Amino acid sequence: MQSRTVEIWVGVFVALGLAALFFMAMKVSNLSQLEGDGDVYHITAHFDNVGSLRTRASVSMGGVRIGRVSAIHLDTQGFQAVVDMQIEKQYANLPDDSSASILTAGILGEQYVGLTPGGSDVFLKEGDRLELTQSAMVLEQLISHFLFNKAEGDKDRKSTGSDKSDS
Amino acid sequence: MLAPFRHLGRITLGTLRKLGRATLFLLHALRGMPALFWRPRLLLGQVYAVGVLSILLIAISGLFVGMVLALQGYYVLSDFGAEQTLGVMVAASLVRELGPVVTALLFSGRAGSALTAEIGLMKATEQLSGMEMMAVDPVRRIVAPRLLAGVIAMPLLTAIFSAVGVLGGDFVGVGLLGVDDGAFWSQMQAKIDFHEDIMNGVIKSLVFGCIVTLIAVFEGYDAVPTSEGVSRATTRSVVYSAFAILGWDFVLTALMFGGD
Repeated sequence: MQSRTVEIWVGVFVALGLAALFFMAMKVSNLSQLEGDGDVYHITAHFDNVGSLRTRASVSMGGVRIGRVSAIHLDTQGFQAVVDMQIEKQYANLPDDSSASILTAGILGEQYVGLTPGGSDVFLKEGDRLELTQSAMVLEQLISHFLFNKAEGDKDRKSTGSDKSDS
Repeated sequence: MLAPFRHLGRITLGTLRKLGRATLFLLHALRGMPALFWRPRLLLGQVYAVGVLSILLIAISGLFVGMVLALQGYYVLSDFGAEQTLGVMVAASLVRELGPVVTALLFSGRAGSALTAEIGLMKATEQLSGMEMMAVDPVRRIVAPRLLAGVIAMPLLTAIFSAVGVLGGDFVGVGLLGVDDGAFWSQMQAKIDFHEDIMNGVIKSLVFGCIVTLIAVFEGYDAVPTSEGVSRATTRSVVYSAFAILGWDFVLTALMFGGD
């Protein structure tokens, strides 16, 4: 009798521990979101600059997540970044002239790939490449462009101002 | 003149001798492990003693650690309007660090000290010598099941600690502080990686389980067989365990998460 209660309690303990691990795998971590290779297809896109895009970032169309970035590497011929994406099979009817752009969620949020549908009747299939791409917005470049343009603008305005006073 | 050197030499040799004894002791206990498959009942009783009886302590500590993490995290994150990442913060700190480390510290205090005292008293009351007289190997009969039970119990207790902690964080963050429920869980799932975070936490807890239990049974087995010796061994068991856990935690963290 005594050893029976011990056995039951040890069984409960092991079950509790495994249940806790299962809970963390499914609810806390991303294990429940991993798709097998069976129900996705792969497309690629070449970008001039991917910013801080990471693998596992989401790929979305119209704000809905339809896949994720599976790999990022550099094409050594054209020196462009190649982004491999996995798209879920249920979204198999994307036009093949869709365009891809790297967007940021919020000002400082994570970067993700946003797809915009085109008008073609031909659908994207396994291994296709998206031709129309727009690079990531790099904040430093934007700021330097802005400062540069402002400096130019000031110079222009000064010269036109002096012209006016002359006339 | 030469006395300080002699003292230093004696300490060094003593430490080396103890490390050697501990290694031989571990090998001896490992040789006793296969026999446990034929006699699982020995193991069962020990898993009950070190594991089942620790559940309540571990679960309650986990609950409060998770709740405190949520409160403190909210205080900082709300300054940046980033309360939604509270779930990530609570889960990441629990699964990666606090789960394995705090569970191991509690485990060494709750189960490790009891193991040391039990084996030390067995030695002091000459039960171990009595077994040897009956041609029963005390290391195989007494130490091996306790060592294996500790190694089995630690990862399970750590999983319970972290899971209850996340639920405690959810209770305070979502229930009391009003963080959005969906954002709390979805951001957590997006950021916490199963292999990178959770499995590394499990590996940590396995390593800590081996270290804590080995220190506990060795200190008991190596104790001076008097009541004072047993009390010193129990203290040493908890103190050495704490040092070993925190030191190894740094090494493991550097190996696992140091790269990125």
